[in-house]
Parts: sequence; structure tokens; C-alpha cells
Amino acid sequence: MSVTVPLDHNAELRRAGAFAHGFFGQARFLARRYPLGAAGAIILIFFILCGIFAEWVAPMDPLTTNAKYSLAAPSARNWMGADMMGRDEFSRIVHGARISLMVAISATGLGAIFGVSIGLASGYIGGWFDLVFQRVVDVLQSLPLLVMALVITAALGPSLENTIIAIALPLIPSVSRVIRSNTLSLREMPFVEAAQAAGMSEWRIAIRHVLPNTLAPLIVLATAQLGSTILTEASLSFLGLGVPEPHPSWGRMLSESAAEYVRTAPWLVIFPGLAISLIVFGTNLLGDAMRDLLDPRQRS
Amino acid sequence: MSNPPPVIEVTDLKKHFPIRKGLLRRLVGHVHAVDGVSFSIGQAETIAVVGESGCGKSTVGRTILRLIQPTAGTIKVNGTDITTLSRHEMRPYRRQMQIVFQDPFASLNPRMRADDIVGEPLMVHGIANKKERAEQVAELFVRVGLRPQQARNFPHEFSGGQRQRISIARALALNPKFIVADEPVSALDVSIQAQVLNLMVRLQRSEGLSYLFISHNLAVVEHIAHRVAVMYLGRIVEFADTADLFANPQHPYTEALLAAIPVPDPAMKRTRHIMQGDVPSPINPPLGCHFHPRCPIATERCRVEVPLLKPGADGRMVACHLR
Repeated sequence: MSVTVPLDHNAELRRAGAFAHGFFGQARFLARRYPLGAAGAIILIFFILCGIFAEWVAPMDPLTTNAKYSLAAPSARNWMGADMMGRDEFSRIVHGARISLMVAISATGLGAIFGVSIGLASGYIGGWFDLVFQRVVDVLQSLPLLVMALVITAALGPSLENTIIAIALPLIPSVSRVIRSNTLSLREMPFVEAAQAAGMSEWRIAIRHVLPNTLAPLIVLATAQLGSTILTEASLSFLGLGVPEPHPSWGRMLSESAAEYVRTAPWLVIFPGLAISLIVFGTNLLGDAMRDLLDPRQRS
Repeated sequence: MSNPPPVIEVTDLKKHFPIRKGLLRRLVGHVHAVDGVSFSIGQAETIAVVGESGCGKSTVGRTILRLIQPTAGTIKVNGTDITTLSRHEMRPYRRQMQIVFQDPFASLNPRMRADDIVGEPLMVHGIANKKERAEQVAELFVRVGLRPQQARNFPHEFSGGQRQRISIARALALNPKFIVADEPVSALDVSIQAQVLNLMVRLQRSEGLSYLFISHNLAVVEHIAHRVAVMYLGRIVEFADTADLFANPQHPYTEALLAAIPVPDPAMKRTRHIMQGDVPSPINPPLGCHFHPRCPIATERCRVEVPLLKPGADGRMVACHLR
């Protein structure tokens, strides 16, 4: 007997009429069903909008220094105070959202692209290819995310692109594992056999029939990874290996002020820290809801 | 003019699956899924293969379609040997033979719409452009009793019977001569089973289709098959016309199978031949006749000598030393 893979997680919801009233109807239905997930989505969308429209949201230029306002406390002019060089903390956090999300989303995307390619090929081709690639993945997985990213940035040197690569690479193992195991069970499904009986090439079967059915767990995993990539970026920047000056990065804003100004100007520590916590909290809430929605098998 | 060659001719087909164990993938044995099966199927003929789970009946169907590579034996399609053709060389023959599966849920890709599923074989073989393909798909929908208006629906929006009709439409898309039906109605309600079977019979009459009908349900087989092959542990033990087989089973295994068919009449008393024990392992099948450990009439000879499938009276074939 073949293993029954619950392929259509949304069938029950569709029958309940959840998908009947257009985009906003759907959104409302899902928000009512997953209030925490909706809160997470709102937090994430809020930060994404901040990042996209940073020039309009931020009241000042995040890079303009002003000695007069060095270490200014929060006031009507500087809502979250100003740093040592008199740069507006609020404007820097808004611009920092752009950097954080850009790094997080591109690293997650890059990791997903490579992870999916390796996982799909590994699961579908099997044999020696599978064996070799899974051992490479084992090695990658044996190092913690941050250590791995540290080594890579240290080797490549700090820059925006290198930070993205350094964060993306350690994501590949978990993605490729998930895609590989899904591919292994999908490969045996009768609809794959039907495509073979029709004379379809294996390559096309993998792309047309296997890949689309692995997307649900991939989305779940990617949402969950988004939060940890934001944290990794912040940690790397905190250690001085992340996004270099003058780009405002939450992690570096934190590290620059943590040691020296935590007593004299605590707002320089509190607000970037709050921003990091809030966005990670939001992505985690969304990730949990996604898992419940798309992948009931992993429900705890 | 001589008779046309049979649509499908299988000679001494064998499929042994290797069992590997340990780190070095050492070969420790074989599963003898199919162990020397021969038969031929004529035009517009239905041959049923029946037997218990694990007797190799599905493997026979998949091997004929070259979805599984045979270990030994030959497969001929309209007289052409296709046993060793490469993937590329197989392509024209793929158009002549198709398959319908048991599970109407797993046999359709849940992320594709019905018309894309049915039209996919046409696309693979580059038949017809987009517009012509849509017309052909609509026509196929009508032929299998689905409404063309449902073409853009996803599989989960159909019932089990309707999904099986989609499967049949997909199999028909390339105008095949031969279809392997692997338990096509086993997963359906009884009332839907009849509808799907009648559809298959109707298509056989209109298109001249030949079927290899794999089933464990003898009542269904009696309704649809012209001839029946009874399989036990990878071998055919009896091969006869449907009417003869049901009226007068020759092999003790066939007798036992027929005796197990439920009869919808509580007043009817039957002599029951209840089979003892389970099917032996196909990894280490019993020597001699595979059936001898469970056979009520087995003799010493059955334990050592393999009975051959030999033609008996009125053209039927039985593999038994005693019958």
C-alpha cells in the first residue's frame, strides 16, 4: 500500500465556504479563525510598509549627524531620542526595518531556492546523488546557524550581499530535508505513475507534479525561518560582522550603544531591542498560524 | 490473411525485487513478485487478473506498461517486442497503452485542474494546439459522462466516482488500444462501481478497447471479464473463460476463492472451504506448488514438483498435478 499523503490541507476549509467571497472575505475568515496569526501578519506588514516607505515615514535623514543633539533624550523632535552623533533614533529604526527585512527575505528566499533544488533532486534522483548531497547537508547542519554565518562573513568580509549569503547558506539543510522527504513520498503517488505512463520526462514530472505539492510545507518552513534570519542578522551586526556602516541596522545600533550608553541613554538600547523583538514575535505568530493552516500534520 | 497479433502478449514474465540490507546494501534475497506469467489479450477483450493481496497482480500490470522493468520475459504490443526499448523508443507505444488506478484521490494531482489533468497526455505528445486540445478535452469529458462545465474544477471538488471518470478520460486521451485497470472500482461505493464498470464496458464496445482488469472482487470480475487468470504468489494457477471458471473451478485455490464470495441469501447453505493459514512469504516461496501448504488435496508430489500451467479439456489451463 502506498503512504497516504494529506495533500489537500485546505479542502475542509474550502468546503466550509472559507474561500468563497474573494480576497477580503478570505482574509476576514482567516483572521477570525487564527487571531494570533492575523496579529503576526499585521505586525509584519506594518514593518514591511515602514521599510518600503522609509523616506516618507521617517521624519529625518537617518545618516545626517548633528552634534547639538548628541545623546538627546526622547522629545517632540526626536521621538526615540538621538544617538551619539545626534542622528534621529526613530528615523534610523524605520530605515533599519528596510535593511533587516531585505536581508531576512532575500536570505530566506535564497536558502529556499537552493534547498528546494537540492531536496527535489536528492529525493527524485536518489541513489548516489542523494547519498552524497545528504552527507553534505549533514555537515552543514552540524554547525549552528550563527556559528556558520559568523565563519562565512568572517571569510567573505562584511557587506550587505555577504551577510545575505552567510545567513542563507545555513538555511539550506532544513529546507532540503523537508523537500526531500516530501518528494520521496510524492514520487510514489499514482498521479506520478500516470504521468510516466503518458511518457512524460522525469524532469518535467518533478517540476509539474512533485514541486507544486511540496509548496505548503515550504511556505510553513520559510515563514518560521524568517524570524530566525532577522535574529541572525541582528546578531551578526551586533558582533560587527553584519551590514556595515552607514546603513542603519538594528543589531549594530544595539551593539554600539549597549556597552557605553545603557545607563546614560537607555533609549538607544530599548528601541532597537523592541523593534527586533516585535518583528520576530510577529513572524513567529504568523509562522505558527501558517503551520496550522497548511500543514496539520505538524500541529503540536 | 493471417490473424492479427494479439494486442498484448506476455511470455514468461518475471519480476524479482532485490532486498538489500545493511550499510553496504548487501543483496540478501529477492521478492518473487511475478514468477513466470504468460498470457495474451485480444482486441476488445477483457482479461481479469484475480488473487489475494501481494500475489503480484498489480506488478504484472505495471510491468506490461514498463512502469517497472521486468527481470525476465517478453512483452509484445501488437506483435512488437517492447521489453527492452529505451525511454525514448517507448514513447510511441505509450500512446497505445494507459492505466487507471485504484485510489481516485491519489491518482489525480490535487494542484491541477481537471481539464489540465485530462489534457496532459495530449500535451506530452504534442498533439493538437491549445484550442484543439480544449475541444478534445471537452469531448473526453462528455464521453466519460462528466459535464464540460466542470473542467476548471480541482480534483477535490469531485466525488470519488467522478474522479475515477477523470482518470478514465485521461487514459483515453491518447486513443489507446489497451488499458490496465488496477482495481478501478475497489475504492468506490457499490452503486458507483456499477456506473463506472458500465462506462468501461460501453467504451470497450465503442472503441474496441482491451482491458487488463486487476481485481480482488470476484463479483465484479464475473460481470466484466471475458477470461480470468487466477494468480497465487506470482504465478497463474488457473486461466479460463469467465463462465467456465465460475461454473466449474478446477484449481483448489480457485475453488476456495469462489467459495469465499458472499452470497446475498441468508437461507442458502453452502459447503465452505475455508482456507487454512496465510499466504506464504514471496521472499521464500514454498518449493513445488506454491499453494501446497494450504491445499486440502496436496500430495507428496506437490511438495517437490512445480505444476505447469497446462491446457486441459475445453481450452482452459490449470496448474495442478491432480486436476
